[in-house]
Amino acid sequence: MRGIFTVFRKEFFENLRDRRILLSALVFGPVLGPLLLTGVLQLSVSKGEAASEQELKLPVVGAEYAPNLMAVLESQNIRVERRKLDEQQIRTAIAARELQVVLRVPPDFAERWSRAEPAALQLFADSSDQFGGDANSTRVSRVINAYGRQVAQTRLLLRGVDPTSMATVVIHDIDVSTPSSRAIFALGMLSYLVIFAMLFGGMYLAIDATAGERERGSLESLLTAPMPRHHLIYGKIAATAAYMLISMALTLLACAIAMQFVRMEQFGISVSMSALTTLKLFAVSAPLALFGAGLLTVVASFTRSFREAQSYLSFAISLPTLPLAFIGLLRVEPSPWVMATPSLSQHFLMMQILRGETPIPTDLLLSAVASLVIGGILCWVAGRLYEREAILG
Amino acid sequence: MIRVEALSKKFGKVEAVRSVSFTAKDGQITGLLGPNGAGKSTTLRMLSTLLRPDAGDAWVDGQSVSVEPIAVRRRIGVLSHASGLYPQLTARENIVYFAELHGLDRHQADARVTELAALLELDEFLDRKTKGFSQGQRLKTALARSLVHGPRNLILDEPTNGLDVMAVRNLRALLSRLREQGHCIVFSSHVMQEVALLCDEVVVIAQGRVAAAGTIEALRAQADEATLEDAFVKLIGTAEGLN
Repeated sequence: MRGIFTVFRKEFFENLRDRRILLSALVFGPVLGPLLLTGVLQLSVSKGEAASEQELKLPVVGAEYAPNLMAVLESQNIRVERRKLDEQQIRTAIAARELQVVLRVPPDFAERWSRAEPAALQLFADSSDQFGGDANSTRVSRVINAYGRQVAQTRLLLRGVDPTSMATVVIHDIDVSTPSSRAIFALGMLSYLVIFAMLFGGMYLAIDATAGERERGSLESLLTAPMPRHHLIYGKIAATAAYMLISMALTLLACAIAMQFVRMEQFGISVSMSALTTLKLFAVSAPLALFGAGLLTVVASFTRSFREAQSYLSFAISLPTLPLAFIGLLRVEPSPWVMATPSLSQHFLMMQILRGETPIPTDLLLSAVASLVIGGILCWVAGRLYEREAILG
Repeated sequence: MIRVEALSKKFGKVEAVRSVSFTAKDGQITGLLGPNGAGKSTTLRMLSTLLRPDAGDAWVDGQSVSVEPIAVRRRIGVLSHASGLYPQLTARENIVYFAELHGLDRHQADARVTELAALLELDEFLDRKTKGFSQGQRLKTALARSLVHGPRNLILDEPTNGLDVMAVRNLRALLSRLREQGHCIVFSSHVMQEVALLCDEVVVIAQGRVAAAGTIEALRAQADEATLEDAFVKLIGTAEGLN
């Protein structure tokens, strides 16, 4: 045990002096992570903002024929711009994307309206315009329809008819998404970032454990230390796992701090990365460090040189992380199998915690135990590989 | 003392070492001389427990390398030509690390570093990072590292490979001093002059076998040749790979 600790301590402090390792472990994740995360969040949030909350400029032809309607539109954050255009000009302007939506009020609107006849309005828009034309025309019609319904009800009341007799069927839309679950899609990135930063933070230590020692020529001397060889590699794996944990903790912390500056509450999205949430996220993903350190060390021990190790390990890192980038699209449901899969289970647990849910205790246990057991097996394999004579290269 | 008996090692179909036997006594320098690829390194790697013998055995102060490798490691110091140091650590930290791997506590390790620094003249660069050390500085640090646990036996595999003249002279002086202190030193080389200058006993190895063994005088007599060079060429059967 003492030998394992000696190796661990030396690896831990030696690597603190290596600029490349510090960069990968302590700077890459904690700096790039929050930048990516807040960038994607801002983007998705501001897109949502554009769709519903922003002021909409609506060119209107013949606004003077329907002053009340214009007032209603203005009250719904739709700014009326009075224009004088004929139908052909409107069509050309929309086709040329100079205008998105144009409302035309015919001159006989007021007359028909006062006679309580159906008063026609023309709403010009290009429904194939994905950049707002379609959504904006829907928004305008919604406002006009609501106004029309309101007026119809008043007319019925004036004629002594209960307006509710018009409502034969009513659909109540009940949105069960909590405000925070809407931000989850973007936050799915967080677990990917955290797990990637973690593995990357330990990559150079894992390389150093075998290929690095061999290339420097220090391996032979190390192997003549009077202790079982697998103890040497256990100490190195422990140092790799420690760097992974530090890298992950810093990335989480940096993301939590960055999230304080993304003001998502104003858009009705409330994802809080409070101290407690951050701590929980750390706790559920920590067991993955042993798995990661074991995996990278095993892969690295097959390589002959530092460069070779580097390319193999980049691949090894993408193995547990890349699926996370696509998992959201595949509708994978949490099952015991998922919860027993390292990386995948941590992803689901982190998402649950971010959503404000409390994960099931058996899921937590299964995830932690599975990652630790598989990680333990990988460490044992690494130990066996270190015992081989071929390790000398 | 190191006793080697019928040591053999195969790599796949290649018989690298075939039944090598010799004895290296305390207070003597025993040289393994042979051309490149003769099996010297493989033999020494088996002595330093890096490789397991396929047949035969070797005993270091009575401990078998195949049965009690960890006990053997406590009794040997190993210096190979690829004795890499950790570049981010200072010379002192490199040495202390190995002291701790050998179970010395911090206090003992510090005391031992002070001793070795005096013996090997390390003080000048003891607290500098080993990144950028000269060959001589590296060699001294690596030697201190392999002596840190006070082993009686020292195994050096081609220690002069790639060293400049001054470093080689230094090493020679150091090994002579260690011999006077009663250490058992085994070292391999393909450089004849080096072996002739330093060794009390020479084991000539060719094609994985011991071709001859004895003092330099005895070998010269055995080959019945006037010069050392001719004697070795005759014993090995070829001049190829010798310097």
